[in-house]
Parts: sequence; C-alpha cells; structure tokens
Amino acid sequence: MPSLIYSVGYLKGQFSRRRIMLLNVLGFLFIVSMAAVVTAGNTIFFLIVWELMSLLSFFLVIFEHEHEQSVTAAKIYIVMTHIGTAFIIAAFMLMYRYSGSFAFETIRSLSPAMPQPIRNLVFIFLLVGFGTKAGIVPLHIWLPYAHPQAPSHISSMMSGVMIKTAIYGIIRFIIYILGVNVGWWGILILALAVISCLVGVIYALMEHDLKKLLAYHSVENIGIILLGVGMSMLFYSMNLRYLAVFSLIAGLYHLINHAIFKGLLFLGAGSVYKAIGTRDMEKMGGLIKTMPWTAGFFLLGAMAISGLPPFNGFVSEWLTLQAFFLGGLNSSGNLKLFLGLGAAALAFTGGLAAACFVKAFGITFLALPRSKQAQQAKEAPVSMILAMGILAVLVIIFGLAAVPIIKVLALVAGYATSIDIKDMTFSLNNFVLSLQPAQEAFLSPGLIAFGLLIFGAGAVAAYFLFNRPKVSRYKTWDCGYYKLDSRNEYTATGFSKPFRLAFSFFLFPYKRTQKIRESFYHVKSFSYETHTTPVFKKYFYEPLLGLVFKTAGIMRKIQPGSIHLYIGYIFLTVLSLIIFMGKF
Amino acid sequence: MKIILIFSQFCLLVVLAPLVSGFIAKIKNNLRMRRGAAVCQPYYNLRKFFVKGEVISDAASWIFRATPFVVLAATLTALFLAPAVIAANPAVLAGEFLAIIFILALGRFFLALAGLDAGSSFGGMGSSREMFISSLAEPAACLAVFALFLQPGTTNPELLGMINGLRLANIFAALGLFMVIIAETSRLPIDNQETHLELTMIHEAMILEYSGRSLALIELAAYLKQLLWFMLLGQILFPATVSYSAGFIPLAVTSLFFLAKIFVIAGIVGVVEILIAKMRLFRVMDYFGFAIVMGILAIVAAIMGI
Repeated sequence: MPSLIYSVGYLKGQFSRRRIMLLNVLGFLFIVSMAAVVTAGNTIFFLIVWELMSLLSFFLVIFEHEHEQSVTAAKIYIVMTHIGTAFIIAAFMLMYRYSGSFAFETIRSLSPAMPQPIRNLVFIFLLVGFGTKAGIVPLHIWLPYAHPQAPSHISSMMSGVMIKTAIYGIIRFIIYILGVNVGWWGILILALAVISCLVGVIYALMEHDLKKLLAYHSVENIGIILLGVGMSMLFYSMNLRYLAVFSLIAGLYHLINHAIFKGLLFLGAGSVYKAIGTRDMEKMGGLIKTMPWTAGFFLLGAMAISGLPPFNGFVSEWLTLQAFFLGGLNSSGNLKLFLGLGAAALAFTGGLAAACFVKAFGITFLALPRSKQAQQAKEAPVSMILAMGILAVLVIIFGLAAVPIIKVLALVAGYATSIDIKDMTFSLNNFVLSLQPAQEAFLSPGLIAFGLLIFGAGAVAAYFLFNRPKVSRYKTWDCGYYKLDSRNEYTATGFSKPFRLAFSFFLFPYKRTQKIRESFYHVKSFSYETHTTPVFKKYFYEPLLGLVFKTAGIMRKIQPGSIHLYIGYIFLTVLSLIIFMGKF
Repeated sequence: MKIILIFSQFCLLVVLAPLVSGFIAKIKNNLRMRRGAAVCQPYYNLRKFFVKGEVISDAASWIFRATPFVVLAATLTALFLAPAVIAANPAVLAGEFLAIIFILALGRFFLALAGLDAGSSFGGMGSSREMFISSLAEPAACLAVFALFLQPGTTNPELLGMINGLRLANIFAALGLFMVIIAETSRLPIDNQETHLELTMIHEAMILEYSGRSLALIELAAYLKQLLWFMLLGQILFPATVSYSAGFIPLAVTSLFFLAKIFVIAGIVGVVEILIAKMRLFRVMDYFGFAIVMGILAIVAAIMGI
C-alpha cells in the first residue's frame, strides 16, 4: 500500500511543474514527506515526517499570501492540524507507556496486553487525530477553506493524497498495530463515515465555488472510504474473515480511485480558474466550446466520482454496497437494519453526488457563457491537458481492469488485517469479479463497457442510416419571446434550490434581498443572495472558541504585566516543586 | 441454441416495450370514459419522430448530440442484464441488480446534462428536479433491494424472487420498489407524461429541446426503461418464473406468464395514475419518506423471518 499511495502521489507530482521554483521545491518536499509518512517504521520518525507534511502543506496553502482568504484558510488549517497531531502524540505516548518501544512491530506484538480501557482511549485519540487530517465530520472544518486556496495542482495532491495518509494512519495504527477486538469501534467509524458522506455531499450541492465544491466532495469520499474501513473493523471483530478483507478492499479501492478522479477534477477546475480568473460557477458557462479538452476530462472525472459505469468510482462504490449487503446477510438483528440503512445512506450519497456533478459540469461547461471572461476563455496549455489526460486514462483503466487491481489490494488488505487470503478468490477470471462463495453475484465492468459500446454503435447506426432527415440548427425555444441569452439560463443556485429546501432542517438557508431604487416606482437594480448557515461552525466551533477566549480572559487577570509579580510566580513554582519533590 | 434464444428474447422485449405504454394509456382513457388512442399509438409516434426533421439549438454542444445514443445504449445494456423468460442468462456475469441501477443512472446523468445544454430554463428546471427526485429514490430502492436480498442471499435478479412463497418482507419491499418505479418511469403523482406545462413537467422539460430522430431514440429508451422496471418488479411480486428448459412448451408457458405479469403491473400503474393527482414538488420528500419506511419495514420483517 505505501508504494501504491506513493506512486499515485508521485505521478501526479510529475504533472504540475508549471509554477515557479519555490513552489516546485515546496511541492516536491511535500511529496517526499507524504512518501516518508507511509514508509515510516517507528512512531518517532512517523511523527516527524507527519509534522513536516503538515507544515509544508501549510506553506503551500498560504502560498498566495496576498489574498486575505489564503491567510485565514491557512490559520484554520494549522490550528486544526495541530490539534490532530496533539491527539496522535498522546496516543503514541500511551502506546509507548505500555510497550516501551517506538517501533511499530514491537508495539504490535505487545498491544494485546494493553488493558481494554487504555485501548479504547488510544483508539479514540487516534481517530480524532487522524480524523482531523482526513476531514471526518465534524473535524472537516479546515478542509473546504484550505484546499481551494492552494494552487490547483497542490489542491489535487492535498485532496488526492495527503488526506489519504490519514486513512493510512487509521489502517496502520488501529487495524494493524492496535488490532480490533471490540465491535463498537467499527460501528463508531461507520456512523461517522455515514455522517461525513451525507454532510459533505449536501454542502457540496450548496456550493458554487468550483474548488470548494470539490473540497466538500473530499469530505464525502473520505466518508465512503471509511465505510469500507469501518465495516472491515466491524466484521473483523465478528470474526467474518472474508468480509473483513472484502470491505477493506472496497475501502482501499475507493481510496485509490478518489486520488485519481479528484486529482483530475482539481486539475480541471484549475485550468478553468486559469482561463477565466474566477472560481464562481455563476460566471462560467459554455466552456465546452472554448476548452473542449478540459471539458472532456472534467466530464470523465465527474462521471467517475458519481459512480457511473464503467469507470473506476462505479467499481468501488459497488464493492462497498456489496460489503454492506453481505454484512447484512451474515449478521443478525439490529445490525442487519443498521447495515441496511448504511447501504441506503451510501445510495443516497451516490444520487446526491450525481446531482452535484450534473450541476458542476452543466453550469460550468454547458449552455451559454455567463460572463465576458467565460466568453474569451482559452484552452489550457498542452502540459496541463497532458496531465489531465494521464489521469483520465487511469480513470478508465482502474474501471476496466478491476480484477488485477483487486488481487493486489487483497494482498494489502490481508496484510493489514493479518488474515490469510490464500483460499479466498475474488474473481472468476481476468474480467469477471465474483462474490462466490459469499453470494451468487458477478460484475464485469469490461463486459458492461462492451455492451454500452455495442448498443451505442447500434443507436448511432440507427440514427445515421435509413435516409436521415434534415437536421437544422436554430436558436433555443424561447416561447415566442425575444432571443434568449445567458441571463435566462438556469444557475447553480437555481439548480440546487430543491435540495436547499429539502435539507432546510439542516442547512438553515436564509436570503438577503436588496432593491436599489431611483424613485418609489422605479427599481433600478435588485440583488438577491442566498446563504446557508454553517451549522458546525456556528454551533460547535464558535462556542468552543468563545470558551477558549473566556478562559484566556480569566487567565489574563493573573498576568498584569508586572515583572515583580512574575518573579514571584517563578519563586512560588520553584518552592512548590521543591516541596513536591521532597514529599515523594 | 441458447444464445439465439436469448437474443430473440431481447429483440422481442425491445419490440414489446412501446406496447406497454400504449396499454397503460388505453386503460387510463377507458377508465375516464374516453375511447382514447390506439394501443399501438407509441409505435406510430416513434415512426413519426423517426422520419421528421430535427432542430438543434445553437447553444447546444456535442453533449446534446451524444445524449440520445448514450441513454439508449445504457438502457439496452441494463435491459440485457435483466431476467425475462429464459433462465441462466450468461449476461449475469456482467452485472446484477445493483449494477442495473447504476447503469440506468448513466443514462439519467446524460439526460440531465442535455437538459442544461441548450441554455433554456425549462431544461435546467427539468434537470434539477429529475436529479432531485432520483437522488431521493435511490435510498428507497436500495432498502427494498436489501430487504429482498436478505432471504435468497443474492442480488442476482434471476434468483431474487419469491423463492419460498409470499412473505411479508417481499410485499413491503415490492411496495417500496413500486413507489420508486412510479417516480423512475415519470408517472403520476411524481411527474406527468401527458403535459407540457412548466409547473408540472419534469422528464418532459428535460427533453424539451429534442426533436426528430434524436427524440425517437430518447422516447424508445424511456419505454425500454419502463419495461425493465416492470420486469424487475414482476420478478419480485410473482413467483420466480424463468424457464430452465429450452423446450417449446415450457418456453411458451413461461412467456405467456411473463406477458401476464407485465400487463398486470401495467394495469395497476394505469389505475393508480387515474386515482391520484399530481403532487407538489416538495411533497415528493414525504412520498419517498414513505417508500423508505416501506423499505425499513421490509428489512424488519425479513429479520423477524416473516
């Protein structure tokens, strides 16, 4: 697995040599640090490179420091990531306390001897620590700020690879080193994953900043990956060995897929940003004509992330759904219902993601341009197209060549869970996935692609043969009024209106309208804005922050700024320490 | 031999699909005390669209041109995976029930994009609403399939039927799935195929810019999708009736039974359509809430073993 993550990260690093030297150096070090994270063999080295990775990515986020937003984003990011690191350090110290070693293998061999409450505590600490980096709801707060602010190829790496190192951390430290022995760990992760999926995709639907939308989709996809990981932990604790391996394969498969298509989408969004100088979707439109390559690749990425066959996202989402189904078959009572609801949540997420990407692609690339910049957009340079092209090829390959990939992932999953996978087969032959003996179901993305091609060719033939009638081009149907222009088009905000109303119990949308009048009868212009209330920020972080400031205020009372008093404090401290030492 | 049989079955299904729509329209009209159009009217419509000239919007891109092909290809592929009369179709190797739902989503994705492509607000409205409704339908469908799956332990649609007779779980699941099918085939109370009023149309709004031969392909795809859903529902509601023998008499009997299943379901859909008025768009959430509750009940029933 390290090599897999590394290769994905490395390949993507190759594409992005289009910015200035410093950025290249930082970006390169960032890739190296991410690679180092997954190759670390003991906790001390792991922490050092983990921190290095966090700091480098902080510098990359703040790279465009002349923008106010970048600075804010970077601040939120650095605070959140350090809270996460603090929890990881605490977990590592607890592990050291009971094993006396920093080496992974030693801790692993001694971890079963740890008392259960301590194991639970370590689990929670690791989950919070890595969850912050991965962007699990409600720790996702930094993600939609930081990812869009970094240069696009860095965003693609942060979203594609960096948050995956956190998943690596969860698999490495919780599944491999700590070892799962109670069921509620998996259930907790599953529940958090379901919430992350839904919250991520709902916020993404509301967003009309293209890169922020993609960042929220990272939250959603991390959720999908964690569905696989969480199920694996749950099934492992239930001693369902085949399913534990199978679910982990599904999670890992989605992890790689997400790295590929999210990288592709961020690069596509980056070239759109470069061409028209804004990330606001309401000012885009019609780009498919001026930027055909970018549009084509973005469409491919959008289809993959929506889980449409025969691309890669489809295979991993199908595997995750099947893991839910098979888990439901082999569990009993309430767990069946829980897993059924989990599967439904995943299906819901898939449907919403498809809606979101219809919006993202349709508003950005289709119809008429909504601004002058969009009208004059130029196609991205060859190097950027090439970079997207390579990722696009990977999207197709990872969809069609599912069988060999699953075989490789099975080795990884078997290693991580220490389950012998020799007698497990996941395929019928090189093209057909098989769930036997768990159930009689098969899937072959290759055959589906073949069917689509054959029938598509048939449809094309039926269309063009048989003396084709006249085809003419004319303006869009305008109900007999004037000629339609881009102001009549559906907007991103309009597209997501049904969703905004449907989820109003969670989003608390509000609107601001303002009329600018010349006189009472004549309204000169009218502005209309809709906003959604950021629930987590308002009800979780702001009270927390308020509490911090309040305590800081209390603390200030004992810090009046007088040097004499401070010397007195030092004296008191030393005195009490001496008394304390003397007593023990 | 079997390959030939399967292909001829597939071709017959394609030919049959528009008839189902004609049948539903006829039932609706007769129940309203009208004579109504001929049962074969959908065929006439298809022929008319097929020979007529086509107008394409200036604003539209290649997505608009490609969509009819993608939609038809996706629907045909999905139809090929579904069981009809002949058992042990080798196509099960390509995908199962969940894959069928995923493949249908491919067609819908492109239709929604095409709706946005011409830059008219009708199309955008249709796309937005279609994606809204389908995303709500997805969890309901998933729960129903999950509950059905729990008994035979497979999502292979051929085996996913009533194996051990009528059970409460299957009835609840079939009800949930029926509600999904109403939405997926754009029928009342979710959508209305008979109208072109901007307040009520959803599917029709999305394809408003299409004409001529492209429209013919899209309409055919809609008929096929409807038949496919009816087939899947029939597979669940009625005893599993695929024929394992290739002899003439078993094939003829199962074919007749298959037709009876499809037309009974079509009749039910027709009757439901004239009994119910169109729902406001935002009541759709309650509708699918009910479908989801049906799915949960089905799972609970399956857990209790009833």
